[in-house]
Amino acid sequence: MSIIKKLALAAGVSALLSSAAYADLSGKVIGFSQIGSESGWRAAETSVTKSEAEKLGIDLKFADAQQKQENQIKAIRGFIAQGVAAILIAPVVATGWEEVLTEAKEANIPVILLDRGIDAPQDLYLTSVASDQVKEGRVAGEWLVGAVGDKDCKIVELQGTVGSSPAINRKQGFEEGIKDHANLSIIRSQTGDFTRAKGKEVMEGFLKAEDGGKGICAVYAHNDDMAVGAIQAIKDAGLKPGSDILVVSIDGVPDIFQAMVAGEANATVELTPNMAGPAFAALDAYLTDGTQPEKFIITESKLYTPADDAQGEYDRRKGLGY
Amino acid sequence: MNRALRPLVATTAIFALAYLAAVVQFPAMFSTRVMGNFLTDNAFLGIAAVGMTFVIISGGIDLSVGAVIGFTTVLNAVLIMWLGLHPLLAFAISLGVAAAFGAVMGAAIHYLKVPSFIVTLAGMFLARGGASVLSPDSIGIKHELYTTISKSYILLPGGGRLTVIGMIMLLVFAFGIVLAHRTRFGSYVYALGGSEVSAGLMGVPVARTTILIYTLSATLAGLAGIVFSLYTSAGYSLSALGVELDAIAAVVIGGTLLTGGYGFIAGTFIGVMLQGLVQTYIVFDGTLSSWWTKIVIGGLLFLFILLQRLVFSAAAPRRKVFWKT
Repeated sequence: MSIIKKLALAAGVSALLSSAAYADLSGKVIGFSQIGSESGWRAAETSVTKSEAEKLGIDLKFADAQQKQENQIKAIRGFIAQGVAAILIAPVVATGWEEVLTEAKEANIPVILLDRGIDAPQDLYLTSVASDQVKEGRVAGEWLVGAVGDKDCKIVELQGTVGSSPAINRKQGFEEGIKDHANLSIIRSQTGDFTRAKGKEVMEGFLKAEDGGKGICAVYAHNDDMAVGAIQAIKDAGLKPGSDILVVSIDGVPDIFQAMVAGEANATVELTPNMAGPAFAALDAYLTDGTQPEKFIITESKLYTPADDAQGEYDRRKGLGY
Repeated sequence: MNRALRPLVATTAIFALAYLAAVVQFPAMFSTRVMGNFLTDNAFLGIAAVGMTFVIISGGIDLSVGAVIGFTTVLNAVLIMWLGLHPLLAFAISLGVAAAFGAVMGAAIHYLKVPSFIVTLAGMFLARGGASVLSPDSIGIKHELYTTISKSYILLPGGGRLTVIGMIMLLVFAFGIVLAHRTRFGSYVYALGGSEVSAGLMGVPVARTTILIYTLSATLAGLAGIVFSLYTSAGYSLSALGVELDAIAAVVIGGTLLTGGYGFIAGTFIGVMLQGLVQTYIVFDGTLSSWWTKIVIGGLLFLFILLQRLVFSAAAPRRKVFWKT
């Protein structure tokens, strides 16, 4: 059984049994040092972590670092002084963690990294929970392959911020997803900087360059925000997004589900804000009988289409702070 | 009791009361570990705040402090990791660069008669921009000396750690106290803050003193940068954003008059510790938004500005006018 299936199973079981499955974490004090609330996704991660902790009866100590590493280090030291049972960190930068994590290790406090890695010896943390960005791109590509069948399909791509790891990995993954299918080809690819405004602007350019968009069969955006911008541009050009031009993107933010409900988006691959769920599961096993979790826990990259109760998914997400 | 010492006493009393209240709620806060953390985690802020105290006593302001810290961390990282220099040599170069930077700012303030606010604002942009040009990414520093320093500490009873950088901060405060209260330079700084014109008439070398004050502040900011790079074992252009404002807050909460001429280095120490206390309390509580730190510090600032007004208007009818009419 793959690690992902195991995790999915663990998450499912935990949802059913809730506190019973995590008897050991109930009443435990766990510190969570969050980077800040710079993006909607991060705000959602914070609120999901808090609600997961509440479900399990964990006394979660939350510290928002306001994007500053020194605040994160201070918070971790504070957690150690408090004698917490475990520490979760979403590290703001990769460097500079050895000293404080060594202090945690010496105090026998397990540390779990969420959604980002660090440059430090692996024995300083119990495990790291993150998504597989290449896989996210691949899932999006494979969906498109299935959706167009044997027809020819010219794709335009809206890339994330140049040089950023999600942009590089999601591009690579998508290309892997479509590479065995000669009828699919990426004809234009440009950066939309992960923003809605830039996504719209670049899509407008694509549409102009491709004879008002007649030759374009699908748009692949590295995140939902750019896809939402592109949808606007397609509508402005007098075409119907979702049918004239297919729209596939990554992240799973509420707005893309709203677009699906309106029939304007076709698929999104979720970057789950629930990094804490798998982290708590691993921690529970470790504290119960010393089970060493995998060093790198990969979260599920789940595909959503309008058939997956888009309205319900929107309702579930809209209150999370995205 | 000397009336002039009242702000210092008030700060200390507030710190003691706040600490007591925190300990009543979270007994674990009364531990050598937490006290050691106060020193280690606020070392860079404390060192920079000593320089800031001198600047503010002299009637000026230095907004470049945080940026100089950030610049120094990057410069250190570049010198050590890219050019392969020994850290001690890199430290010397960094301090030299910071000192020269401060001297230029001091000279500009004095000779061009530009307010320190403007000159150091320019300095802030230059240093922060320079750091980002050197390297926009965080550079990890891996060197034996760094590992040795971060691993050496005096273990206090109860598991607390008095780290090297914590000790550096304490030494800087001791140095600052002696410099302010026991040297000629110190009395020049106070005289300058009282009134630049009368200081000049009394024979204070205004140009030299001004330049030295900003050199001192920038050098200490450079030292704070070195300490910061030891703290995180990295150089990062965006590190220590806004530390200049935290330092100013610590200085004012410590009883130094923002208009100059009056203040204590020791008070600044309490001001720094008070900020550390608020942050630690929020981490221990774990449910409060970390922005409450800013709210509490803002409230304290208001309180102290008010307190100073009251103390000074009641205490000294013969005292000088604090603002020019």
